[in-house]
Amino acid sequence: MATVDDDVLISRMAPLDDPLTRFFWTSGADGQLRFLHCATCGYFSHPPGPRCARCLSAELSPRAVSGLGTVHTFTVNHQQWVPGQAPYVIAIVRLDEQEDLQLTTNVCGCDWAEVTVGMRVRVCFLHRNDVWYPLFEPVQEAR
Amino acid sequence: MSRHFEHDSVISGIGQSTVGRRLGRSDLDLTVQACLAAVADAGLTRADIDGLSTYPGGYSANTGGYGGPSPYDVQDTLRLDLNWHQGAAEVPGQLGALVAACTAVSVGLARHVLVYRTVTESSAQGAGGRASVLPAGPGTASGMGTWLLPFGGVSAVNWLAQVATRHFHEFGTTREQLAAIPITVRQHASLNPAAVFRTPLTGEQYLGARMISSPLCLFDCDVPVDGATALVVSAADYAPDAPNGAARIEAFGTALRGRPSWDQYGDLTSMAAQGAASHLWSRTELKPGDVDIAQLYDGFSILALAWLEALGLCGRGEGGAYVEGGERIALTGELPLNTAGGQLSGGRLHGFGLLHEAVVQLRGGAGARQVAGAEVVVVANGGGPIAGVALLTADRG
Repeated sequence: MATVDDDVLISRMAPLDDPLTRFFWTSGADGQLRFLHCATCGYFSHPPGPRCARCLSAELSPRAVSGLGTVHTFTVNHQQWVPGQAPYVIAIVRLDEQEDLQLTTNVCGCDWAEVTVGMRVRVCFLHRNDVWYPLFEPVQEAR
Repeated sequence: MSRHFEHDSVISGIGQSTVGRRLGRSDLDLTVQACLAAVADAGLTRADIDGLSTYPGGYSANTGGYGGPSPYDVQDTLRLDLNWHQGAAEVPGQLGALVAACTAVSVGLARHVLVYRTVTESSAQGAGGRASVLPAGPGTASGMGTWLLPFGGVSAVNWLAQVATRHFHEFGTTREQLAAIPITVRQHASLNPAAVFRTPLTGEQYLGARMISSPLCLFDCDVPVDGATALVVSAADYAPDAPNGAARIEAFGTALRGRPSWDQYGDLTSMAAQGAASHLWSRTELKPGDVDIAQLYDGFSILALAWLEALGLCGRGEGGAYVEGGERIALTGELPLNTAGGQLSGGRLHGFGLLHEAVVQLRGGAGARQVAGAEVVVVANGGGPIAGVALLTADRG
């Protein structure tokens, strides 16, 4: 299981606890990233909602994904919103499982200057605030 | 032929408070200054005002200097007798307050609606926090921030920097191209006595400025100010009686298409501007080529670029090449942009400064920065998942 011990953020906010989204924020406890998956049409809906966004079925349950994805876009934040905060990378990562399955995250495990659009990344989890934050780190895939 | 409620109203008066950094004045004080100026400019008295509309509303919406006073406070201060009022944030951009006013006039709920937008973000910033930057410290993220704040995406600059990165990646846009927007609107601000930043900005200064959230630097971000803008929306038959002239409303674009989210929108390079813009052009016979002046939301420079493309004022992905060097968007160019300095140099009046300047230009009252023969002005508000757009025309009787 890929975990991260050191946080790139001095201070990390907790997400609002909600019955619909709780599974997402605790999914990393067993090292798996999960999204809400539709048993009727196979579509992943994110952020989680009460119905499948494609077919409106209520037959939804969390399903583990590979955790592999691509950096769709990113920014290096330099502004010190929190005094003393070093630059960090905020990115939107698209998961391999579905073209529009994407989330905002941090890219860690490399220098901020190394991040590029199109970079291949894999999920890793940071355990803070009773939440397993899904972060991503670069992967070198075998060809 | 569908009915166009927009044609039932005109903008009959405009007013602006003192605008500046850390004025230390009450938001209600600034609001009343602007409102009384607008009512007088329209040739009316407070007894004529029977509608009141604002974005984003007061009370809970007014934290960190973002909102201004509630309609209730303004009604009470001016002892207005209202047939209709509203203050809300979940509308088609800041222009939603104007759209609502025109709707109320069209359906006969009101005849003269006072519309205002007030910010005291500069004073709030001085006091330790403004609402456009969400709290970065420990705490709980909710609402639209639920999926952004836990990853340190605390400001719209972070969310829109990712839009810029994607635009750069897909279309080869460069920082040198983007620089033309802040540099050119600074030139315009130099001709606006009310603008906050009036000294020229050079390309060297831009490229050497500190990065806020790459690729956006300090000069890609607008400047928080204190100030209020007000206007009077009147029934169209009042236009000949407006002593300083009226501006006509040709069309609004209010559509919300795609996902209303900062990080889930399918095409991140356009986002909600695309839907609002296509809706606008579906409600008018006018074409992008008819636009004389563009007043495009520039809370961040990249947003003005996105609006240029979404509105079809240049081709998709061609915004960088279009603004490069600044000639096309200068006062003497084919499409003068943000003629009062925009929010980047004029101050972050949050959409309403652009609206105010559109009316000033259409009435021919912009002095040294007047664009000769300006007949059609497009005003776009909002960024990311928030968008509204208006096409205003000169009243030629």
